[in-house]
Amino acid sequence: MTPTELARGFTQESFEAFLADRQEPDWSIARRREAWSRFCDTPLPDRSLEEWMRTDIRGFKLEQYTLPSSHGEAASCRSPGSLLREAVEVSAATTTIDSQHGELLIDPKLAAQGVLFGSLDRLLAEHGDLLRPYLFAAVDGQADKFAALHAACWSGGTLLYVPRGVVVEHPIHMLSVLSPRGVDLGHALIVLGEGAEATVLAETASIEASAAGLHCGAVELHVASRARLRYVNLQNWGTGVWHFAHQRALVGQDATLQWTIGALGSRLAKVNQHVALVGRGADAQVNGVMFTEGKQHLSYHTLQHHQASQCTSDLLYKGALQDQSRLVWRGMIKVDHDAQQTDGYQRDDNLILSDKARADSIPGLEIEADDVKCSHGATAGRVDEDQIFYACCRGLTRKEATRMIVAGFFQQVFDRITIESVRVALGEAIGRRVREYH
Amino acid sequence: MSETLSIVDLHVSVGEKPILKGVCMTVRRGEIHALMGPNGSGKSTLGFAIMGHPGYRVTQGRVDLDGHDVLAMAPHERARAGVFLAFQRPVSIPGVKMADFLRHAATNVRRPERKEGEELLPMRQFRKELNEKMQQLKIDPEFARRYVNEGFSGGEMKRAEILQMAMLRPRFAILDETDSGLDVDAVRLASQSIAEIGGEEMGILIITHHEQLLEHNKPHFTHVMLGGRIVETGGPELAMELHKRGYDRIRAAHPEAAADEDALESMAAGSKN
Repeated sequence: MTPTELARGFTQESFEAFLADRQEPDWSIARRREAWSRFCDTPLPDRSLEEWMRTDIRGFKLEQYTLPSSHGEAASCRSPGSLLREAVEVSAATTTIDSQHGELLIDPKLAAQGVLFGSLDRLLAEHGDLLRPYLFAAVDGQADKFAALHAACWSGGTLLYVPRGVVVEHPIHMLSVLSPRGVDLGHALIVLGEGAEATVLAETASIEASAAGLHCGAVELHVASRARLRYVNLQNWGTGVWHFAHQRALVGQDATLQWTIGALGSRLAKVNQHVALVGRGADAQVNGVMFTEGKQHLSYHTLQHHQASQCTSDLLYKGALQDQSRLVWRGMIKVDHDAQQTDGYQRDDNLILSDKARADSIPGLEIEADDVKCSHGATAGRVDEDQIFYACCRGLTRKEATRMIVAGFFQQVFDRITIESVRVALGEAIGRRVREYH
Repeated sequence: MSETLSIVDLHVSVGEKPILKGVCMTVRRGEIHALMGPNGSGKSTLGFAIMGHPGYRVTQGRVDLDGHDVLAMAPHERARAGVFLAFQRPVSIPGVKMADFLRHAATNVRRPERKEGEELLPMRQFRKELNEKMQQLKIDPEFARRYVNEGFSGGEMKRAEILQMAMLRPRFAILDETDSGLDVDAVRLASQSIAEIGGEEMGILIITHHEQLLEHNKPHFTHVMLGGRIVETGGPELAMELHKRGYDRIRAAHPEAAADEDALESMAAGSKN
């Protein structure tokens, strides 16, 4: 069967045809079937569920999208420019279009050190036994209908496997592109062995700024003991894209994770960003930079799960909203009974630039250990007219003053992001978007 | 035409409440004017109205700069035309470094036609100038990297205002209680700094309660404001008298303005409670 004959939507028939095309270990196919039946049995979430009560997806029609095909003409079309790769020397880079791989670049020295990088489809076929303990070990493929759809039908995707002790010098760049009305079911699997180090710059984009599209993805970050990972997600899908993602990191003993999310794009985003501190002394820093406009609705649900003792987690999200857009953040710090001497913090600040924008911040703590330090904070406010007047008295136009105040608002989180190109790209992208308000 | 900032019969309201009731004053470039008066007499209102604060509504009168209608300009245009206000309570802008803020400000004021996004003053030239000015004003160079007025002490804020004036080189400056909250030495330093920067280049209106700030800036004119209007104008000796003897003589001489003043003050007190 050729891809053009596939029925639209995600049907049993199209799923079988999809499976028949796959070249991967049997255990993986079996898992897909399991996830598929879960997908079929689970209704789309609605607003009666606590997690979805602020996020309305009634406008989303799953039947308008279709299963990806490995025969795709992918990656031949012109992809939009990257925001993060400018003036950055990279150790490896890849671009996918509708989760199918196009160009791939990898420093031969890394390959010689045993680093695996590229299409997860291909590398799973070649290294199934190596990857089996990691694939879907961090994210739950049963969490909801979208998680199940992803677990059943993921395709393309990107693997980075860095063996024990290997330090990847330059950042690794991953660009995921959606075509108009395209579907991306990509899975990002990052595995750092003991003491390994890497920086990953993952970014998304659409070929057409406002065309419809679906991304139903997952990110799994496995950071073994003493490893250090800096992971950046710059979500810059076009404003017609539905973006559903389950993302989870497992951080081992004395390992360090710095995870930065930049969220600029999509029509609607519902993202679960979870960090599990599973080894004693693990450290996770989570940074979020959000800017929404038009009718965008971005919803981020974060979890800092302290499962081991003496771990640190520090989350700082900052969002600015204009037009009628909406940001939802629901954060939770969960401390297990044995996770003594936990140091956990979460904070979400929002700057509201227009009358019709709205931000919801809902922090939460769930603590079962007794020797912990945990706190949270959240603020939402308008741009201060006194600040604008003061800046205007120094010759800045109202717009220039607003832009500067917005940039200042994000500075605190930019100060934490240790990668210059990411700071610059986010700062410039936000600066371009800020409009004038009276 | 000589360069002048002229204020003619200016009436200003905040909300529905009239604060200024017909203020007249002409400041020529090179002149120093002192504006004195009790708290709540309307001195700060004059400064805000001249800069175009949106909360201060001009109901009557004119402000002209070399014959141009200042009131028709947006606040940033007034700044670019060469009018400067040193705030009594400077506003902090978290996350914005003093040096970046000043580079934008100085570029805009020196190139009034600049559109946003167009080039700023060259970094090297700007840095050099900023360092020189900071040295002159005895300001720690670390200042440039701090966020605008964020966590500044009272004295630091006032010095930062003078530094901004030095960098923007306005033609007319209004200094609103640049001495308040400073100790004697800090006031002396501020006074010297203003004199060094001002000189013949500027017309300066100094709003103050004390004569120390005037030590190095001997006013050509002293104005006394009471109840929203200027009730007396004299030379430097008037400032000295007010500093020594207070406002009793002025109140007695201008009972109507004094009554307005009391009314305003009780309203202000009422609104605070």
